[in-house]
Amino acid sequence: MESAHFTEISLRVDGKPHDLCVDNRTTLLDLLREHLAVTAPKKGCDHGQCGSCTVLINGRRATTCLGLAVAHDGAEIVTAAGLGDTDSLHPVAQAFVDHDGFQCGYCTPGQICSAVGMLDELKAGAPSHVTEDLETAPELNDAEIRERMSGNLCRCAAYPNILAAINEAAK
Amino acid sequence: MIPFEYHRASSVDDAVTAVADRPDAVFLAGGTNLVDHMKLGVVEPGLVVDVGHLPLTDVDHLDDGTLRVGAEVRNSDLAAHPVIRSRYPVLTRALLSGASGQLRNLATTAGNLLQRTRCVYFQDLTTSCNKRVPDTGCSAVGGYVRYHAILGSSPHCVAVHPSDMAVAMSALDARVVYVDSDGEHRMPLNDFHRLPGDTPDRDTNLPPGALITAVEIPPPPDGARSTYRKVRDRASYAFALSSVAAEIVVDAGTVTSARIALGGVAHKPWRAQRAEDSLRGQPATEDTFRGAADDEMAQAQPLEGNEFKVELTKRTIVATLVSLTGGDRR
Repeated sequence: MESAHFTEISLRVDGKPHDLCVDNRTTLLDLLREHLAVTAPKKGCDHGQCGSCTVLINGRRATTCLGLAVAHDGAEIVTAAGLGDTDSLHPVAQAFVDHDGFQCGYCTPGQICSAVGMLDELKAGAPSHVTEDLETAPELNDAEIRERMSGNLCRCAAYPNILAAINEAAK
Repeated sequence: MIPFEYHRASSVDDAVTAVADRPDAVFLAGGTNLVDHMKLGVVEPGLVVDVGHLPLTDVDHLDDGTLRVGAEVRNSDLAAHPVIRSRYPVLTRALLSGASGQLRNLATTAGNLLQRTRCVYFQDLTTSCNKRVPDTGCSAVGGYVRYHAILGSSPHCVAVHPSDMAVAMSALDARVVYVDSDGEHRMPLNDFHRLPGDTPDRDTNLPPGALITAVEIPPPPDGARSTYRKVRDRASYAFALSSVAAEIVVDAGTVTSARIALGGVAHKPWRAQRAEDSLRGQPATEDTFRGAADDEMAQAQPLEGNEFKVELTKRTIVATLVSLTGGDRR
């Protein structure tokens, strides 16, 4: 291994600054979990298919398994753990608790980050595949939530309660 | 993954210079396809040049009405752009039918065009694949071909291009703008992707080392209506079995212009010129649409196991055109 295969980066995770020298091969997900012990984002498929590694990167929801850590020099990353704390949960996290929006909980941090990002996208007026009129701001309904959350799989199939939680949080 | 060098490009020229004389170099943008392939061992670059931070994120109107979309505009941003939503709904619909919300926030315009086939054999290093390793054979022929070509394939490769966005851009006669060591060039999108022939390892006609900087979309004709219809195994977050990007102009009940491209059925976005020719000047009726679909698909050569996609594609063409011309009837 040569030094050319490593890069120094700085980024913030859940409000904490980090200066690191990373192997260029390190994915953002592995950096978070294995190097920084930030284990809220989960490794499910590791191929961008399940959504369990979803976090907010510079305020937007994104998978971390398909990103290289070196490409995120300067990024502001917020995981589900950084959205709130146990004494005052983020409203979306609280809604997941109130509505039993999970069973085993493995996909939940990704679901919550995805829901937070998705509700922001909706608030900004972004359309989805099921939006009928592209020229007006979309309205929140069950079909919109299901479509916009389709990148987050739940093998326990807690979908009805995830839907209820997101509806609640969006109020 | 083998160790590789990483370079964050500071400009387009810097990016092009960085990959010159480095056949082992790749450009990285959103990473949603490339990083996956690096993990799988489908590609093993020695140098990764990161172009994902270049300031190519604008959507600009040019004086002649052309819309210029920067190469690094994220798929989600392009789909939500007010001009795309109102003037090119086919493009917004296509973008929103691809991938998931968190992937569209990463994926870029240029990266979407350059994504590679999702053929399961291409992605599996334990099987033979002429696209991955030339002259080793095709495992898909005689295998699982539900997501494979029915048009324009060769005995060497039956894979399809996976993009939805590119299908809409094909129908819109977009142009790909790229820069290489000789300067800036343009190529019609319909000449950009290739049919496999006997060199399926080459997906596109983009010269080696060239960097896509933008996609230009000419203005739509007056009175045009357009949309994208995608048929897949799940309601969301799945690749197309078949898809149709269509734009049509109807004047007094007669089709005056039609542009149609098909996805999920060929090695490239398939411009349905036979269907277009057969529609022009004809009454905008379901019978006309069915005839056009029949004309286009007469050249289909399905594989053993995906014959159903021929009729599926015909019906999708008809349904798409009916939805665009049916007005209040539907």
